[in-house]
Amino acid sequence: MTAIAFPAPDATILARRGEIIAGLTQLVPAECLVTSDIEMRVFETDALTAYRRMPLAVVLPRNTQEVSAILRYCNDLHVPVIPRGAGTSLSGGAIPQEDAVVIGVAKMNRILEVDTFNRFIRVEAGVTNLGVSNAIVAEGFFYAPDPSSQLACTIGGNVGMNSGGAHCLKYGVTSNNVLGVKMVLMDGEIVEVGGPGPDHPGFDLLGFIVGSEGQLGIVTEATLRILPIAEGARPVLFGFASSEIAGACVAAIIAAGIIPVAMEFMDKAAVAICEAFAGAGYPLHVEALLIIEVEGSETEMDAQLAQIIAIAQQHEVQVIRQSQSAMEAAQIWKGRKSAFGATGRVADYICMDGTVPTGQLSYVLKRTGEIVKEYGLRVANVFHAGDGNMHPLIMYNVNDPKEQEKAEAAGNDILKLCVDVGGCLTGEHGVGIEKRDLMRHQYADVDLQQQMRVRAAFDEAWLLNPAKVFPLDGRVMG
Amino acid sequence: MTDFFPTSEAEAAAFISDCAAAGKTIRILGGGTRARLARDIAADAQLSTQNLTGVTLYEPAEMVISARSGTPVREVLALIDQHNQMLPFEPLDHRTLLATTGEPTMGGLAATNASGPRRIYAGAARDHLIGARFVNGRGEIVKSGGRVMKNVTGLDLVKVHCGAYGTLGLLTEVTFKLRPKPERVATLIYKRLDEASAIRLLGEALGSPFEITGAAYLPIGHGRDFSRALLRIEGFDASVSYRIDELRRRFAAYATPREALEGPDADRLWRAVRDVEFLSAPAEAPLWRLSVKPSDAAACVAHLRAIDGARYFYDLGGGLIWFTDPSGQNAALIRDTLAAMNGHATLVRGPDALRQAVPPFSPLPAAQEKLMRSVKHAFDPQRLINPDLMYPGL
Ligand SMILES: Cc1cc2nc3c(=O)[nH]c(=O)nc-3n(C[C@H](O)[C@H](O)[C@H](O)COP(=O)(O)OP(=O)(O)OC[C@H]3O[C@@H](n4cnc5c(N)ncnc54)[C@H](O)[C@@H]3O)c2cc1C
Repeated sequence: MTAIAFPAPDATILARRGEIIAGLTQLVPAECLVTSDIEMRVFETDALTAYRRMPLAVVLPRNTQEVSAILRYCNDLHVPVIPRGAGTSLSGGAIPQEDAVVIGVAKMNRILEVDTFNRFIRVEAGVTNLGVSNAIVAEGFFYAPDPSSQLACTIGGNVGMNSGGAHCLKYGVTSNNVLGVKMVLMDGEIVEVGGPGPDHPGFDLLGFIVGSEGQLGIVTEATLRILPIAEGARPVLFGFASSEIAGACVAAIIAAGIIPVAMEFMDKAAVAICEAFAGAGYPLHVEALLIIEVEGSETEMDAQLAQIIAIAQQHEVQVIRQSQSAMEAAQIWKGRKSAFGATGRVADYICMDGTVPTGQLSYVLKRTGEIVKEYGLRVANVFHAGDGNMHPLIMYNVNDPKEQEKAEAAGNDILKLCVDVGGCLTGEHGVGIEKRDLMRHQYADVDLQQQMRVRAAFDEAWLLNPAKVFPLDGRVMG
Repeated sequence: MTDFFPTSEAEAAAFISDCAAAGKTIRILGGGTRARLARDIAADAQLSTQNLTGVTLYEPAEMVISARSGTPVREVLALIDQHNQMLPFEPLDHRTLLATTGEPTMGGLAATNASGPRRIYAGAARDHLIGARFVNGRGEIVKSGGRVMKNVTGLDLVKVHCGAYGTLGLLTEVTFKLRPKPERVATLIYKRLDEASAIRLLGEALGSPFEITGAAYLPIGHGRDFSRALLRIEGFDASVSYRIDELRRRFAAYATPREALEGPDADRLWRAVRDVEFLSAPAEAPLWRLSVKPSDAAACVAHLRAIDGARYFYDLGGGLIWFTDPSGQNAALIRDTLAAMNGHATLVRGPDALRQAVPPFSPLPAAQEKLMRSVKHAFDPQRLINPDLMYPGL
């Protein structure tokens, strides 16, 4: 796999590998250092597995002080650093390079403070997304952003990617749910930004930090907004004769003033794949399927569902399946949540992630089908319909370099289409290495330069995750 | 000082570009309703957005609106109201409080992160600003974000403008996401609770699954001769009825609220909370905005209550305390009290002498201040736009 370029490693750094590792040994105990090829193999790539690079070394510090010491050391030696959570990035955001030290937050996985009265939780960056909700479920609270990878992905990675999930339609993405972070800058300086309570003085630096893909610093702690769990939640399945009608139904629900907790869309191909894997009872004959979830008390859910069903009926809905029990509800979600894994069993695939204005959904779906077909490939679509965040899964054979190239080219065409209809290149998976070279399609040079100047304000020498997000040429430094 | 009223983004950019070439500083003015917030500054020129008006995109089905920055907030609210939509963060109107006239603008709203009581449920303006166009201190037109709900393409340059008071550039167009207006709004009023119990009630209610969208406490003398704890519930008719019943039942030990307040009286009450009307007179009395964790709110006030003539009320479940110190002599005590509780105190209003003596915003830790300066430099290297407005030298 060769289409995405990596910068040539700095030979002077490679030559000093032994010395650098010896230096790191002074900063952390041996159990925090990974340097053998065999052990480093896990860190060679993330969930964009078509690309891999062996790093110089991997460090797994235990606390903020250690992160600070390692960063200061790397900064002094001018060694690039790759921040890493669980490595589930789909855009290659956590893929290393040969002359860089990976700093992983996996060992920093303590819950530091639970405060349900003030409705926040403070955790170390290595706590998993699900770990946060698990820590507070007994008290009737949860953490809202719920990426499908929530079992594995870390809060640090969520902050890095501004992750979302099915329930973000109502509750927003990571940036709407992070109150503050403790972060170490490349020069080792520790800064605290935000915190519980409103109106922190100074610029809203959290706005930059969330979604910065490891470019501004390493997050070691986060203070997160937590929410009371609704009394009940109930998903309903709707099957439609076409994607256009399903899309129109989504728009009509919103126009009626209803914001469900989730509105997930699957096309026929995705339904078949997920059903074969999860046995969720999905109807196989429909062209488009919506999973709409409402929450509240039984009375409230009944009232809201009655409205939603009435709207669906005006849109010639073919199948309506209401879950009658918690188990049935879990089944419905299991099919959707396993979409990525289930597709992986059928074929290798790349998962695209663009956002479009919801009014453009059916057009973009149609064009996506055509584009992929032109390349002689297949596609399945599962996505967050309420906020227009699309996920075409383009299937190909990983052992055929030609097919891989085609898949990537088709993906690029689709992402450009998303931008052209008024959307963007990525709604939640980030730019990483994957979409780095498409950035100029969405942004003019001045826009990118302004972003890069901000980036350089945090990391002057451009050492943090350097090959990601911005095109490799034309970089602006301070 | 020269005044400039650009009629287009291009004209505004050309003006700022010329200023940059000549090293001239610029003060940015929206409707001027918050002109006396933050620090007084002297600038060579003043740029008003008064002619940069007009809604440029409104898609009700997509719940998104874009407007040029000088567009009156009132116009936007009137337009979206026709489609039963709202700005979810309930922007406040400071004119009564600050005794200013003029027309709050969309740019000023974004630049000041203006957000009212619903913020506790829906988030602040920054949480709903999804796109912006602005002119930086180099005179370059920059765009970031867009009109879609989810966008993580590159660094987000949008949110940082909220609460930067124009120090990072002139916003020329802002794009907000909207929400449907609730079908029904009702307010439960718990009378005669002491402060500690009231704040406990607000916190427990906010921790319940009933989606409280307003939680305020008005001590005696704020419109009534008894204290009132307010809980606002919004949504579909059936939901609101159900939630009112549940809340009454669950929190019966605190007090029994009468019939929930609905309609114009309730709207007026929340507007008064939002716009801080209770503390608007006397017009020059120094007014502070105190932010603390709600669980510390009552203790915080207990420290400050002895201040001569002190008046205050709580919003955001106790996390926000509006506080007047009529003599203006207690700035240090106020700042120290809040700092000891990891909170913040912002001076919102005061006579000139006080505003010159006391920095409006809480001081920042050194590391953060340094970072702020490099961020300012990234947007406005010559420090031309609203220089010194937030902090001296910034
Ligand atoms: C099966 C599957 C399903 C997925 N579903 C979703 C989904 O529904 N929604 C969604 O948004 N994403 C989804 N993702 C993508 C991915 O899980 C998210 O981007 C996640 O937030 C990454 O977390 P991580 O801990 O694995 O971070 P990593 O992959 O290790 O890193 C992600 C980025 O953050 C940076 N980073 C990591 N830790 C830190 C830190 N402590 N400080 C600073 N920067 C840091 C890295 O440098 C990198 O740029 C999915 C991925 C998979 C494999």
